[in-house]
Amino acid sequence: METVHAVPAKGQHPSGDNRFKLLDRAITKHQGRGDALIEVLHVAQGIFGFLENDLLIYVAHSLKLPLSRVYGVATFYHYFNLKPKGEHTFVLCMGTACYVKGAERIQEAVERQCGCTFGETTADNKISLITARCVGSCGLAPVVVLDNVVAGKLSVEQAMQKVTHLQESRVEEII
Amino acid sequence: MTLEELHECAEKENKKIQNGKKRILYCSAAGCVSCGADFVRDTLKAKLQEHHLDKECDVVGTGCMGLCGEGPLVKTAHDTVLYQNVDESAAEQIVTSHIKENRIVTSHQCDISSPFFASQYKIVLENCGKINAESIDEYIGVDGYQALAKVVSEKQPQDVIEEIRKSGLRGRGGAGYLTGLKWDIVSKAKGEQKYIVCNADEGDPGAFMDRSVLEGDPHRVLEGMAIAGYAVGANQGFVYVRAEYPSAIERLKLAIKQAEKAGLLGSRIFESNFNFRIDIRIGAGAFVCGEETALLASIEGRRGNPRPRPPFPSEKGLWGMPTVINNVETYANIAPIIRNGFEWFSKIGTAKSPGTKVFALAGKIKNTGLIEVPMGIPLRTIIFDIGGGTPDGTEFKAAQTGGPSGGCIPSQHLELPVDYESLATVGSIMGSGGLIVMDSESKMVEVAKFFMQFCMDESCGKCIPCRVGTRHIYGLLDKISKKKGTQDDMILLQELCMMVKETSLCGLGQSAPNPVLSTLRFFRHEYEELLQPVETFQEFNDVHEVNFEK
Repeated sequence: METVHAVPAKGQHPSGDNRFKLLDRAITKHQGRGDALIEVLHVAQGIFGFLENDLLIYVAHSLKLPLSRVYGVATFYHYFNLKPKGEHTFVLCMGTACYVKGAERIQEAVERQCGCTFGETTADNKISLITARCVGSCGLAPVVVLDNVVAGKLSVEQAMQKVTHLQESRVEEII
Repeated sequence: MTLEELHECAEKENKKIQNGKKRILYCSAAGCVSCGADFVRDTLKAKLQEHHLDKECDVVGTGCMGLCGEGPLVKTAHDTVLYQNVDESAAEQIVTSHIKENRIVTSHQCDISSPFFASQYKIVLENCGKINAESIDEYIGVDGYQALAKVVSEKQPQDVIEEIRKSGLRGRGGAGYLTGLKWDIVSKAKGEQKYIVCNADEGDPGAFMDRSVLEGDPHRVLEGMAIAGYAVGANQGFVYVRAEYPSAIERLKLAIKQAEKAGLLGSRIFESNFNFRIDIRIGAGAFVCGEETALLASIEGRRGNPRPRPPFPSEKGLWGMPTVINNVETYANIAPIIRNGFEWFSKIGTAKSPGTKVFALAGKIKNTGLIEVPMGIPLRTIIFDIGGGTPDGTEFKAAQTGGPSGGCIPSQHLELPVDYESLATVGSIMGSGGLIVMDSESKMVEVAKFFMQFCMDESCGKCIPCRVGTRHIYGLLDKISKKKGTQDDMILLQELCMMVKETSLCGLGQSAPNPVLSTLRFFRHEYEELLQPVETFQEFNDVHEVNFEK
């Protein structure tokens, strides 16, 4: 049995997803040069949130690079995510200053509270626990970044309270 | 822009300041923004409007004011009064009493004659906290781009290199290679195209000097790079910044755009035949990219794997062409050296390490923040006079310099002058400038384990000593810290450290064992206290009838 596929308009991605147009614009800006790979991946992650396999194939094709090279670069750098993130992010700074001021105790407490370790997302897909090398706000150690808002000079109790706040936003939404 | 136009612009800026319009400066660096600087700015603006003072007084965001631990910081420009821990009510008082009635708000005033400010000597940070980081005119007003103008219109490239060489400026990225010498090699290297690269991949945890310079005074770095380009004959520069520094990237982008518009970057700069463009490359979170060959690979869009040197980047760098790679702070020193002459610069600091060094003070210390001191200053002055010592009267134990590649300096070496050579004698390095203070609560085995875990995670995996060695060292440290280690493990640990140090390919692996070696050197007893007692070890052998001679 034959199936009839809708033919995408010229220059449009077969999926009909308009976000690819934005990506194409960035690729054109760099004249499709292979050495702009990291820049292009930054843009792609900014648009799509994470880098799924199809996206990597698309980038490889557009920049005329072998897929192995694109995949190699995407997995080498910590900044690129190959999996989607949770709804909220809880970034704990594990820089030296924060470490000396007790970030490890916050790490243990928060991991217990969320039931998953740093680098993972909670089972309900609400909070991604992430560690950062250093967010550069060492004067405020220990520091966490909650959905891009920096909170500093935290005690273990305050940090746990922040996690509860993130969790509670979920409860409100469900109700 | 021509030279005359540059002077005109500078004069216009200075007149504006002399005209007596008051300015409230607020620190808009990441540290203060994290504790509410934006809210303070909005409050200040709203209050000024409320009291009909907004015509007489501007609110201006500047770069880092230094005392990051006491933020948000606010300064009045006309009488240089600094306020700390500014909240809503303090912001209101600054407007109602200081600006309106000229009465200083003493409850939040910060004493700028205290040693924290008085013991510093500012070259790199001279404009941080004074000018609006987002305005090229204000930079020109404080003699900005004068050095570039002087170089392009009056000097031969070789004279510029000679000037930098005579000043004795050494690379501020950590290794301390002579900048003038590096430029000289590149200028003499053969290649149709040459590149200037600025290393702003500040990966050391606990270090934020480069970010503060980029956020507070981005034009200074661009000017330094352009001078380097003129000196070695390059027409293209790249700044490699960490993706973790979004505000630095924004300011830098804006600064490049402004400079291009003013004709200070681009084609025919100051109506000469010198062309220079600067592009930004954003990193993606790999510590190893601070290593120069890995950084070049990353700019070319590849995995950040280092390669063996030689050939050094000065001969074969970006796309195989001769390339100058210097740190942000090094470029920030160039313009003042050209403006004031090499004699001026070489008199600051020590004979072998002239100039100043920016440090990021953090950890168990009262005054956390950003400082700039002359080279050769004793460590004690930095920690106890400028830093104010450890908080709550706990005992100072050690200072860690150089991040995961550096070492700990214990209290018996507090008199040590801070310069490249002296730090090397106690097994540490200058590094890029992170200085973490630890007190008696910090356990040194845990600290060593922390750094080793960092290096283990960040090892790129290209060479085996680093990839496998760091993992095993971490395993041994973990075993010892859990009180399961034996004397044999200690011997193995030391052997492994020396092996990784001597056989790794790049700086990451070669310096990864430094924190372990330096804590072993000064705090060996802390390791030994955690070892299994010898008796149980003996018992174990007896029970299992282990015969080691077999």
